[in-house]
Amino acid sequence: MSVDKNMWVLIVDDYNTMLRIIRNLLKQLGFNNVDEASDGGGALAKLRAKKYGLVISDWNMHPMTGLQLLKEVRADEALKATPFIMITAESKTENVIAAKQAGVNNYIVKPFNAETLKKKMSAVIGDF
Amino acid sequence: MTETKDKSAEKERIAARLAEIRAQKGDSLRLDDVAAVVVSLMTTMEGELSAVDIKLQRELKELVDYLNQARSDLAALRSGGFDGQSIPAATDELDMVVAMTNDAASQILDCAERITDLAAGMPEDMAQKLVDISTRIFEASNFQDLTGQRITKVVKVLRHIEERLGAMALAAGETIEHARAATGIETKVKTDEDLLHGPSMPGKGNTQEEIDALLADMG
Repeated sequence: MSVDKNMWVLIVDDYNTMLRIIRNLLKQLGFNNVDEASDGGGALAKLRAKKYGLVISDWNMHPMTGLQLLKEVRADEALKATPFIMITAESKTENVIAAKQAGVNNYIVKPFNAETLKKKMSAVIGDF
Repeated sequence: MTETKDKSAEKERIAARLAEIRAQKGDSLRLDDVAAVVVSLMTTMEGELSAVDIKLQRELKELVDYLNQARSDLAALRSGGFDGQSIPAATDELDMVVAMTNDAASQILDCAERITDLAAGMPEDMAQKLVDISTRIFEASNFQDLTGQRITKVVKVLRHIEERLGAMALAAGETIEHARAATGIETKVKTDEDLLHGPSMPGKGNTQEEIDALLADMG
């Protein structure tokens, strides 16, 4: 199944620099339809307003963390099938387990590179 | 008989003094108060002392010396620069480092985006080279997020130390404005908040490969 590179991707991070980095890397991978949110609450509002093919979210945000966002997404009938990649500096085993149990599709630890991003995206949405 | 009465009266006096202090200060005593009670206790025990009593008295004497030393150390700490402002100033400096690196990273990203834009008007092989360069810049700019998180952790630790030092100074009779009563150790259920460790030191957290393996194991 081919990946629709025109799908909308939502990136969530409270560091504007990280949003710019991920947006640019996605652009270089051919994904130009990218929306941004700076915390879980803002992301949830956007997810409920538009159909997204992928969410790439940081963990450590306030007031709603990436983990809480993931749990909200998976608890929402209309959103629960949305592919979700956690991209975070949190690399402890208990974090990975908590994210997996909450239903994350893949997990990228910071600092990351373009190749890792592409690989993890491919594992979640298919090769592109 | 008279000696027994004297001891009994002294014990009552110490008990009354303890009750008085507890009524005034709760269970957080100043070092001065603790030392005074210990000295009173030692005075009461003078006279017919067994070997155990002598050992206890020695322990109490060491305790008094320790408390006095702690008080001197705190006084020295203040005269040496801990005026309740040094740590807040240090945390402000670190906040400034975060802000400045953020600005620098933003400018670096501006340049990388310009390179990407320029690539669009170049022959294919040249364009690819430029895109590769800008990709390296985007990847390297990850540092800003990680250094920011690490510095934020240090700031939290400094603020905690500031609070504890303030509480200790208060116990020693100091009057630092920021001093707050030390809180007890709480036993609580782990929450999502407890999972926020921030970036790990090299070798402490999981690598991307270890995370991949962990996820694969979990199915």
